[in-house]
Amino acid sequence: MQIVVVLGVLNAPLILAALLIWLERRFLALLQDRYGPNRVGPLGLGIVLADMIKIFTKEDWIPPFADRAVFILAPAVIVVTGLMSVAVIPITETIGVTDLNIGLLFFLAMSSMGVYSVVLAGWASNNKYALLGGLRASAQMVSYEVFMGLSLMGVVLLAGSFSLREIVEAQRDVWFIVPQFLGFAIFFIAGLAETHRLPFDLPEAEAELVAGFHSEYSGMKFGMFFVGEYVGVTVVSAMIVTLFFGGWMGPVLPGIVWFGLKLLFFILVFITLRASLPRPRFDQLMAFGWKVLLPLSLLNLVVTAGVLLLLKT
Amino acid sequence: MLSMLRTIWTVFLHLFRRPVTVQYPEEKPYLPPRYRGRIILSRDPDGDERCVGCYLCSAACPVDCIALQAGEREDGRRYPEWFRINFSRCIFCGLCEEACPTYAIQLTPDFELCDFDRQSLVYEKKDLLIDGTGKYPGYNFYRVAGLAISGKDKGASENEDKPVDVKSLLP
Repeated sequence: MQIVVVLGVLNAPLILAALLIWLERRFLALLQDRYGPNRVGPLGLGIVLADMIKIFTKEDWIPPFADRAVFILAPAVIVVTGLMSVAVIPITETIGVTDLNIGLLFFLAMSSMGVYSVVLAGWASNNKYALLGGLRASAQMVSYEVFMGLSLMGVVLLAGSFSLREIVEAQRDVWFIVPQFLGFAIFFIAGLAETHRLPFDLPEAEAELVAGFHSEYSGMKFGMFFVGEYVGVTVVSAMIVTLFFGGWMGPVLPGIVWFGLKLLFFILVFITLRASLPRPRFDQLMAFGWKVLLPLSLLNLVVTAGVLLLLKT
Repeated sequence: MLSMLRTIWTVFLHLFRRPVTVQYPEEKPYLPPRYRGRIILSRDPDGDERCVGCYLCSAACPVDCIALQAGEREDGRRYPEWFRINFSRCIFCGLCEEACPTYAIQLTPDFELCDFDRQSLVYEKKDLLIDGTGKYPGYNFYRVAGLAISGKDKGASENEDKPVDVKSLLP
């Protein structure tokens, strides 16, 4: 039984990633007063299949000047770390791969590991644009990592546990979005930067850097970066749902439906942000991170801890 | 910060707008009558060819895609013996239409000219000539021009006075 759950939970993000290609293109198109891909199959869903056939049959080329081993390793890392984070997410009371007592730390560790993928890809490509993208990615992700963790400490304080399942259980009365709104906002922005989605897609920044760290990639290796990005979006959305919106909790409908609906909502929010916000300059991004979000998350942590202490005494 | 939230909200509201996309093969876009598409040769209201073979279109064409050979009928009317437009070269600039003194060559709103074979984009006179008058229904060049053809002497055109007999002294 457990093996079915494990396989299901690990395959779901991959299938979801493929469907997200379609969802993102359709939803983005609707936001921009277009239709998006609506020709292949019902609602244009066949585009998923077509895209997969295309990306699997494309020439898989490794540039002769690239660092071969690292070049191949890099796209695998982002998918592996993404899927590893999925393992700790409790989907319902019963469904979930594992329930680590340090689940939250595990998630943060895995998302930090994801940086390696981008940095190594930029490095191994041996191309100046790729390297610039990799450099940006490392600076951006390392600095946003700091208060991504800090912003979640408020939740940990309230729940009294690092286990994601216990954090969800602690939200039975009130979702943590209410007492931890600031923490949610910071985590959301950091999560956006962590998955390097627009508006924080400076590592790719196709207007300036060709395609950033994956300039030299083609075929399924390029596809892996996209799968990794979509798995990242799914994971960050799932974490937001788990940490701030009560996970599977909800009236009437079964837990898995609630989890799916909340997950879908945040994925759509991610896409809406992509459609609406411009990309900041890199120094603006760093300044915003260190000068605004870091103090805010520290403040959030101190105030939450202080209030909890006051209530206890 | 506030402007960003407003932007997101505005973009979100666009979700409920009708897409502006025209779903082309099923849904045809409206094209104005003077749209510059496929070139045709029109006829005058009496059903004769308007083209008088003056070569002005061919001369005006910036990509030299028009070729023709003028001929003359027994009644004195000029006409093109053959007329050829290479649509794989044509840039649909409309200069031929502007140059044409008889409204013979006209551009139509038809733009669906795709073909798999380059040779079949070379249109001959039989492909170009239509049975109607195109955009100028009443116009007939030989009725308004002072040129004499058989069946119409000098001075017989519309709004044309009889020629002055310069050899007579009487007013």
